[in-house]
Amino acid sequence: MEKQWFTISVYSENNVGLLNRISGIFLKRHINIESLNVSKSEIDEVSKFTIVVHTTETWVHNIVGQIEKQIEVIKAFYHTDEETIYQESALFKIASNLLFDERQIQNIIKDNNSQIVTVARDFFVIAKSGRRNEINEMYEQLKPFGIMQFVRSGRISVSKEVMQISTLLNEFQEQ
Amino acid sequence: METVKEKKNDPKKTATIKITGAEAIIHCLLAEGVDLLYGYPGGAIMPVYDELYKFQDKLTHVLTRHEQGATHAAQGYARVTGKVGVAMATSGPGATNLVTGLADAQIDSTPMVCITGQVPRHLLGSDAFQETDIIGISTPVTKWNYQITKASEIAEIMAKAFYIAKSGRPGPVLVDITKNAQFEEFEFSYEPCKGVRSYNPVPKPDKNAIAAAAELINAAKKPYIVWGQGVILGKAEAQLKAFVEKTGIPAAWTILGASALDTDHPLNVGMVGMHGNYGPNVLTNECDLLIAIGMRFDDRVTGSLDTYAKQAKVIHMEIDPAEINKNVKADIAVLGNSKETLELLLPLVQKNTHEAWHDEFKKRYQIEFDEVIKNDIHPTKQGLTMGEVIEEINLASKNKAVIVTDVGQHQMIACRYAKFKQSKSNITSGGLGTMGFALPAAIGAKMGAMEREVVAVIGDGGYQMTIQELGVIFQHQVPVKIVVLNNDHLGMVRQWQELFFDKRYASTVMVNPDFVKIAEGYHIESKRVSERKDLKATVQEMMASDKPYFLEVKVEKEDNVFPMIPSGASVSDIRLK
Repeated sequence: MEKQWFTISVYSENNVGLLNRISGIFLKRHINIESLNVSKSEIDEVSKFTIVVHTTETWVHNIVGQIEKQIEVIKAFYHTDEETIYQESALFKIASNLLFDERQIQNIIKDNNSQIVTVARDFFVIAKSGRRNEINEMYEQLKPFGIMQFVRSGRISVSKEVMQISTLLNEFQEQ
Repeated sequence: METVKEKKNDPKKTATIKITGAEAIIHCLLAEGVDLLYGYPGGAIMPVYDELYKFQDKLTHVLTRHEQGATHAAQGYARVTGKVGVAMATSGPGATNLVTGLADAQIDSTPMVCITGQVPRHLLGSDAFQETDIIGISTPVTKWNYQITKASEIAEIMAKAFYIAKSGRPGPVLVDITKNAQFEEFEFSYEPCKGVRSYNPVPKPDKNAIAAAAELINAAKKPYIVWGQGVILGKAEAQLKAFVEKTGIPAAWTILGASALDTDHPLNVGMVGMHGNYGPNVLTNECDLLIAIGMRFDDRVTGSLDTYAKQAKVIHMEIDPAEINKNVKADIAVLGNSKETLELLLPLVQKNTHEAWHDEFKKRYQIEFDEVIKNDIHPTKQGLTMGEVIEEINLASKNKAVIVTDVGQHQMIACRYAKFKQSKSNITSGGLGTMGFALPAAIGAKMGAMEREVVAVIGDGGYQMTIQELGVIFQHQVPVKIVVLNNDHLGMVRQWQELFFDKRYASTVMVNPDFVKIAEGYHIESKRVSERKDLKATVQEMMASDKPYFLEVKVEKEDNVFPMIPSGASVSDIRLK
């Protein structure tokens, strides 16, 4: 079976140690996590993990089964890229003088639909959200001018299908 | 339980009396019906041991000689009773010594709660004396774990621990309690846990799936059942029997499923897997419908998955959704507790006998009998075989004993030839294959079922991994029967070396001590049998004894266990020699 990109979404309680438990499931199978994001979700006191992996559907099916089995996990899903709306964020820290000396930089900022989030005496910071390839492109465009620091976040995504977590939680509570 | 009730019944008392965290742990155990636990004291768990001292009339603590022994004893107790086994240890090395037992309980779905002491909260992460991150270490081998750092968490977490350990697909839970939480005083009240919102232990069987399963079963010409421990854990023995008898379907078992249906039941066709029976393995690849009940298609059961039951439709009845389509793709998956599922299925299936199909199993049994079984249990050669020892135990115990085995050749022989008349009678380390399991597990099994005869059958290798637990047998006069089948080798590894490594016997020869003298050192009655003429009488003498008894049988040094599916081969390619 061919490997492809999958986004795993995990709805869980917000407990110490759960991240360790979940990452262990990948470790056990020698699968590298490409990106990981943990945040609050649409439900109060429910956390959402967004995990990106490059693997086969058989493996992702088994992994999601094992994740969902963890006591504090409410529900886990996996989706292909086509089934989700997803983004990453990046920050570029660049020397301030370049903003004035290299006019091209302002065009790069505009063309990439990115924003300047802060300007200090020595540096300024550009924020860019988008697909991985869009961020990579912008990185390549800025690189010749010198990037002082660069960081990119894990993927965040929402599924196109409905995720009925609240209904599930109610069902669990009634049992 | 009483103490808790007394306090609860008297509201004034409840309101005013504060107890320490350590005492609260005892009340939690009592409220969960625990009257026996295994463990080993040490610095970080001392406040709890101090309370155990005060409560010794209600709660028996058995001091094992190593923390690993405590976990296996708790497992043996759990496996024979169906209740949660409890083990306790101190922080650091005490806690890390529990890991093998936790892993064993995890893979074999054994309900167990382990309690560990931990350094005081303010020292966490400081590399304090006997500090170890047991939560981090035990995460992959526990169903759930939690670190308590304040006394006020104790009641809720302990209730949750027991609930999680025993509900759904059971498993081990570890609760780590910092020393400050054991000393802190707080107002204690206990309520059993009734549910955890993110955890759905028993999925409800889908009626449509059950109807579809019944349709396949009724239409099948060569249906075949393989059941596993899920039948025992789900208390579905009677339902399995009724289902098998109505449908007439030949039924085989995985190693952990043994004893759920009487060995002598005419529809019980034997064991599947690497050293299972010939027919049950070969015919897996000839059936037209494979009905898997409470089993997980372990690789030791399936051999190569590429050639496993490819011709058959598969019905998989299973409590754990993660097992569905994990190894073998199910045409119909029925989630749920095996008892409930089988009860719903029974009225929908038609009566049948499948005589011609059974004849296929009988034919192959005859082949296996002539090639293997006859020589194993009625040998004519000079040296003693492991099989004939098991047969003598069957005869002397009238098939009523609980057989606890370790790991290796003796285990396979015991599981092949031991006969069972009662469920929960085959206690062995299945998934993890933990050498050293049997002796402490037999202690737990016996203490959990004093009315039953418990026979530990152990190899000379595994026996020496936990031999120190003889101390428990002696101190508590636990009347277990210990049979060491001594071939002076690590027999199973030696067998593989013979078959697959051109007889290069790397580190498998054991130069053994005088096992009889060692048992005598613990004041345990001991015998050694080296000749066939002495076997029957000695086994009978052992079974007649109401005290602990040690029997060493010197068996043939280089016997092999057959049939055998070589690792990675197909079930069809099982070897008879």
